[in-house]
Amino acid sequence: MSEFSELYQEVILDHNRRPRNFRVIEHPDGSAVGHNPLCGDEITVYVDMDGDAVRDVTFQGAGCAISKASASMMTEAIRGKSRDEVIRLFDEFHRMVTDDPSALPDVERMGKLAAFSGVCEFPARVKCASLAWHTLLAAIKDGKGIVTTE
Amino acid sequence: MSLQVLDRQIDGSFDVERIREDFPALAQTVRGRPLVYLDNAATTQKPLHVLDAMRRFYTEDNANIHRGVHSLSQRATDAYECARCVVRRFMNAPDNREIIYVRGTTEAINLVASSYGSIALGPGREVLVTELEHHANIVPWQMACERFGATLRVVPITDEGELRLDTLAGMLSSKTAIVAVGHASNALGTVNPIREICRMAHEAGAAVLVDGAQAAGHLPVDVQSLGCDFYAFSGHKALGPTGIGVLWGRMSLLEQMPPYQGGGDMIRTVSFEKTTYSDVPGKFEAGTPHIAGVIGLGAALEYLMACDRVAMEAHERDLLQYATERLSAINGLTVVGTAPNKIGIVSFVMDAAHPHDIGTIADLQGVAIRTGHHCAMPLMKRLCLPATARASFALYNTRAEVDALADALERVHGLFSGG
Ligand SMILES: Cc1ncc(COP(=O)(O)O)c(C=O)c1O
Repeated sequence: MSEFSELYQEVILDHNRRPRNFRVIEHPDGSAVGHNPLCGDEITVYVDMDGDAVRDVTFQGAGCAISKASASMMTEAIRGKSRDEVIRLFDEFHRMVTDDPSALPDVERMGKLAAFSGVCEFPARVKCASLAWHTLLAAIKDGKGIVTTE
Repeated sequence: MSLQVLDRQIDGSFDVERIREDFPALAQTVRGRPLVYLDNAATTQKPLHVLDAMRRFYTEDNANIHRGVHSLSQRATDAYECARCVVRRFMNAPDNREIIYVRGTTEAINLVASSYGSIALGPGREVLVTELEHHANIVPWQMACERFGATLRVVPITDEGELRLDTLAGMLSSKTAIVAVGHASNALGTVNPIREICRMAHEAGAAVLVDGAQAAGHLPVDVQSLGCDFYAFSGHKALGPTGIGVLWGRMSLLEQMPPYQGGGDMIRTVSFEKTTYSDVPGKFEAGTPHIAGVIGLGAALEYLMACDRVAMEAHERDLLQYATERLSAINGLTVVGTAPNKIGIVSFVMDAAHPHDIGTIADLQGVAIRTGHHCAMPLMKRLCLPATARASFALYNTRAEVDALADALERVHGLFSGG
């Protein structure tokens, strides 16, 4: 399977098979729905805040392995982070999935999210990797909303 | 060159390997693997015959058509009008003047919805479309119904992807103005019984528009035998260039219809008090058309007509049958759309993998397929699927390419079902 591992790393396949924090939060502080009309992906992100920090974050929905694993790993990466930290992490994540493949991710800051660095070689899949993040930002910024990747 | 190509097509039996030599784009590698191009329902590759005809036009005859007194303009006009005869023969239309050049299927349907709609639609009138349709055969009708106060109704399909003719029969009435139906479905491959539908619609007094986008490159198109009133197709799905397509309409209807767009070429006289319009087809061809596209389209249809059509259809049917067998044997794979009469399209889903991932992994092995809703969101909703993966065949595909697809899908299964 080595020729696929650039994109479909084991950690991504694992989060696709067993997504973490894959549940609804009843009465969340914020939630948003994200659509990728191109491939029919749809996810809902729920957040509970503790002041400025993310206390709990979960998601529901259907999508491809990249979007599902990205959502799952995002929920793990941002728990406890402040709004500003989340936005900064997303900026970095976004640069990683869109940038020149030779620009190596900062594994220390990105942690497991570095697994998505292979996405930059598949421009058609960037939207899949970033859908959950766009949806999350809508949920923590406005408390509710609908976002689409188009 | 071109004649040689055509001669051996005419003489020879259907030889796929020799046909492939006519399509330069097929001979390349993608991600280090030989390209296996199975996205023909989106657009087909183009034979040299088409590319050469367009190049020859631009290098030798390029000029604007009509009205020109100089030689190049005359040659360009002749080539443009000559292609109209080729299209007429291709569709077995009664009259050259019934062939209207448009940008593609989408523009053809918009033209009919807007122009014929303005005389045929109004409050209390109905347009029937089907659950199988491409957005191009839905949205123009929604817009026309809104504009003219008419009602849009939808003919249902079975779970296998066949039209419910019994339900259609009950929906047709004196209120029905237009039935708009695809000749073949781009998402499932279903071939619709157009003759039967035309007979039923005509009994109710309705006109029938056939969306032939998926049929033109694969099935015989004989508008007289089909019995329809309008037939639309795109050049680019039938070996021709993008940006050019055809609307055929019955002369008696085209004559009554108002122009679609105004401008040069579609007028007889213009004054600020009163403008008079050209006759059909000029009335519907405003502005400088895609002249090179028309010439490329003519060349594409010549190429198709020069092929042994019976052998070509048998070849594509064989690919469909073989692909259906090979893919159905893959664990966790379900073929979507199992109508008995299909063109070479296999839509499918896999238990463990989303269509988008299937598409990327196939691409990594050089296999080009399409994934998504295929511009048929209402159909996907009907089937309760967000998307499918789709392999679609053309005359130049081979059983070995079906094997490459099946191998790629086995890898998908291995990757996603593994633990
Ligand atoms: C069944 C059908 N109708 C209409 C269209 C629209 O054709 P075009 O985009 O060439 O206008 C397509 C193309 O995807 C199609 O498959």
